[in-house]
Amino acid sequence: MEKQNVIYGINGPVVTVKDTRSFSMLEMVYVGQERLIGEVIGINDKITTIQVYEDTTGLKPLEPVMGTGQPMTVTLGPGILDNIFDGIQRPLKAIEEKWGNFIQSGSSVKALDESKIWDVKIDVKPGDKLTSGQIYAHCNETSVICHKCMVPLNISEGEVIKAAESGQYRANDTIVVLKDNEGIEHNLTLCQRWPIKTPRPIKKRLPTNIPLLTGQRVIDTLFPIAKGGAAAVPGGFGTGKTMTQHQLAKWCDADIIVYVGCGERGNEMSQVLSEFSELIDPKTNKKMTERTVLIANTSNMPVAAREASIYTGITLAEYYRDMGYNVAIMADSTSRWAEALREISGRLEEMPAEEGFPAYLPSRLSEFYERAGIVETLSGETGSVTIIGAVSPQGSDFSEPVTQNTKRFTRCFWALDKSLAYERHYPAINWMQSYSEYFSDLDPWFYDHVGDGFIKRRRKISAILQEENKLMEIVKLIGSDVLPDDQKLVIEIARVIRVGFLQQNAFHKDDTYVPLEKQKMMMKTILYLYKKTKQLISASIPIARVIETGLFDKLIKMKYEIPNDRLDMFESYIKEINVAFEAILKSH
Amino acid sequence: MLIDYIGVKEINGSLVVIDNVDNASYEEVVNIRLESGEVRQGRIVQIEGKRIVVQVFEGTKNISLENTKTRLKGHPMEMLLSPEILGRVFDGSGRPIDGLGDIFPEKKVNINGTPINPVSREYPRNYINTGISSIDVLTTLIRGQKLPIFSGSGMKHNELAVQIAKQAKLSEDENSNFAIVFAAMGVKNDVADYFKRSFEEAGALGRVVMFLNLSNDPVIERILTPRCALTTAEYLAFDLGMHILVIMTDMTSYSEALREFSSSKGEIPGRKGYPGYLYSDLASLYERAGVVKGKPGSVTQIPILTMPNDDITHPVPDLTGYITEGQIVLDRFLENSGIYPPVAILPSLSRLMKDGIGEGFTREDHSALANQLFACYAKVIEARSLASVIGEDELSPGYKKIMEFGKAFETKFLNQRQNEDRTINQSLDLGWQLLSKLPKEELDRVDQKTLEKYYHPADEV
Repeated sequence: MEKQNVIYGINGPVVTVKDTRSFSMLEMVYVGQERLIGEVIGINDKITTIQVYEDTTGLKPLEPVMGTGQPMTVTLGPGILDNIFDGIQRPLKAIEEKWGNFIQSGSSVKALDESKIWDVKIDVKPGDKLTSGQIYAHCNETSVICHKCMVPLNISEGEVIKAAESGQYRANDTIVVLKDNEGIEHNLTLCQRWPIKTPRPIKKRLPTNIPLLTGQRVIDTLFPIAKGGAAAVPGGFGTGKTMTQHQLAKWCDADIIVYVGCGERGNEMSQVLSEFSELIDPKTNKKMTERTVLIANTSNMPVAAREASIYTGITLAEYYRDMGYNVAIMADSTSRWAEALREISGRLEEMPAEEGFPAYLPSRLSEFYERAGIVETLSGETGSVTIIGAVSPQGSDFSEPVTQNTKRFTRCFWALDKSLAYERHYPAINWMQSYSEYFSDLDPWFYDHVGDGFIKRRRKISAILQEENKLMEIVKLIGSDVLPDDQKLVIEIARVIRVGFLQQNAFHKDDTYVPLEKQKMMMKTILYLYKKTKQLISASIPIARVIETGLFDKLIKMKYEIPNDRLDMFESYIKEINVAFEAILKSH
Repeated sequence: MLIDYIGVKEINGSLVVIDNVDNASYEEVVNIRLESGEVRQGRIVQIEGKRIVVQVFEGTKNISLENTKTRLKGHPMEMLLSPEILGRVFDGSGRPIDGLGDIFPEKKVNINGTPINPVSREYPRNYINTGISSIDVLTTLIRGQKLPIFSGSGMKHNELAVQIAKQAKLSEDENSNFAIVFAAMGVKNDVADYFKRSFEEAGALGRVVMFLNLSNDPVIERILTPRCALTTAEYLAFDLGMHILVIMTDMTSYSEALREFSSSKGEIPGRKGYPGYLYSDLASLYERAGVVKGKPGSVTQIPILTMPNDDITHPVPDLTGYITEGQIVLDRFLENSGIYPPVAILPSLSRLMKDGIGEGFTREDHSALANQLFACYAKVIEARSLASVIGEDELSPGYKKIMEFGKAFETKFLNQRQNEDRTINQSLDLGWQLLSKLPKEELDRVDQKTLEKYYHPADEV
């Protein structure tokens, strides 16, 4: 009989076992009498090191440590959506029912509700050949999302020898029996397992040429992101990272949202929960939660599970991508994840690199962001995973290692700015520091869907903002009164762009989400005023005459005055500009 | 069977190492008896086989390699709780020091607490009226929130905390069920005294529980103080259904104690020598604020911290800001201009306020007014920096108006007496009176309807 492995040392979430050869790297283990979940993170001749995903208070040496023989996995199957999990996929609602309002350690519950009955349609019959990733059954997981059961990826090919009738089944009922080429029979149920640290395979990657529309003007117009892209949202505290993430989760045109609250506030998670369950999705007219899965590992929950939560989230996202959905994953915040890495690394007494972070920080970050992409799945469908990762730089300093390394692996950078946030200019995305590398990929799509004008106007708008930035240097030194009229106009129109266009009110019923067509019309109206005023100035009429008309201020408020479904109202604005200008010309 | 382990193997700072210990459990409490008969408390912070590392709260002074007897207590640090703790005073590790005798416990609770299941949290929405305009209108405090005060040495954060504690009212009047838990970490004797006196004057001492670890008390004990206080707060809130306001001061001293402990343990330091887990550690305190579904009580936290050298990017305020739901920042310039409370409104923020204000909570114009005041005050700062370059006289008439507004805002809106209790309507109306001094075009954050109702340029303050 093999000797039982027992705990030797304990230091915070790190537990060591002495003189054993029975564990493998990244294997999941149960630690102690309470069977706390842990993961093997280091092995040498004498000592095996384990990080424990739960609070280790009260653990004693000589308590047993049991291996499971497999790495940390998640259960993939119907019942993931409209649910909330902790970092290692334990359903928090079930834990609440069983253990009450506070999370005790050793609370172990099955990830998916195994007693729930699903109305399953079987798509194969005996004799059919299936390869891995192909769909053999489907059911309506929620009223808006159809869940497709795919042949587990460890079975490469096989023949169906038994298929149940379509009907009502539970998650663990065998519905199809598959015999692979070696003659081994596999019982396929509604669910399967997958290790969280391994990306799920795909057929091939596709070019990122479709935008992820968010209804947020500064993002869609100035810094668009592609479906299958990756974006970083860095910002100090109070700059609205979480608000931006919430807005994107609510309004972006992905089919499924995976929201990972990684080391963030508990009250924020309950806000997401209550808001999403009240919010009616404009696209489906159903509750937002029906296409959302939440992963909540708040900052007071164990550190090691915080590290796992990011991987759990991305694995769930990939699973739905494989069904052919567009998935967006919001990770709030990846800095907390990096800090969890640092904390564990410190306990292992590894040699630190920059600011105490482990030397493998960049490679971990790149592994994570590389799991984004728009792909052809094994079953031949197109699906995508878009990652939007918030970064919380220490002391709001973007030169710190997490921000810098994240920048290397994402192609969209939405820098949140403290001074904009102080002015309550939200979203506080700084237009001088942010960038998107997706323009060239996405421009054909914009050309086809909103026309040539959109791209041209966007360029014009950024040019004006650039010029304003330059002029503000002068204004700061000597005041705006000394500027010539054409430069005054730049400052004035840039104000309209900043306040009337870039700034967006998340609490206003129309302004919270703005369709692309309205964004285009707004740009058009603003630039029309710019062009007309410029003409007047070249006819040496002072800009003060235009400012007197109040047109600039009127345009600033048009985002509130024009409902999203009344785009015809823009006509009246153009007319009003014309009338006012004629009056000025006449009086001159 | 109780075993006394004689002597220690190694002493390092506040840590002692003991060999050949059986059956120790992680975070277990130990009693260390010295030859003199003095008993010190400690906690097991690391185990390696039969060797344990113990953190001694009262320090290792007078301990030698041979003069101690150590006994394991068999349980983690616990706080003894009963409804009688209201009105009592404890030391930093939860032992009564008011001479009224021991607590007869109804319940013993591990001071580390357990995390609230995010699903069980009720999203906080009820606002607390503090009677202070700058807080009520611009950084509204919500029941169940954690809203720290970022201050600097010498500023009036204590006065502000006392005023909040005295005047705090819930929108509907449930004051009878309201209590304060006060935790002092490394504060001076007279500061603790000031709080005690102020509570006494307000006749509230019977509803206050105090935990005092003063600046001359053992440093390592400071790590326990907020945990004892929060365990008490949770008990009062979730077992007895009271609304608890927890005031913790000074979180910077707490973090320094943690740093001292970490460095004597030989851990790899992070920024400014603070341990890499400072974020998780602070979070394990701050996250204990909240409202739990199905329970009547709530825990609201006002931690106070002094920013060393007024630097908001210092690790303690920085990490605190990332965990708490906003912050109230005090400003030395305002303090020196005689404004009380010297709240720097631009960097101050309440994250939960957006859902706790407006119609049904305060007044329908609240959010528009707050936004507009923020935006206008941001312009004041801009105008001032411009004026410092070109001189105030050279400013354009628009900027001059803004400068006037800034002055009035600071002296009339921010500034109030230490016992002045303004109602929310008074504060909101005052805000509109100030805005009405500005031309209508400046008010770009307010929609037409609200403007018509509240913007009356004729009014003078």
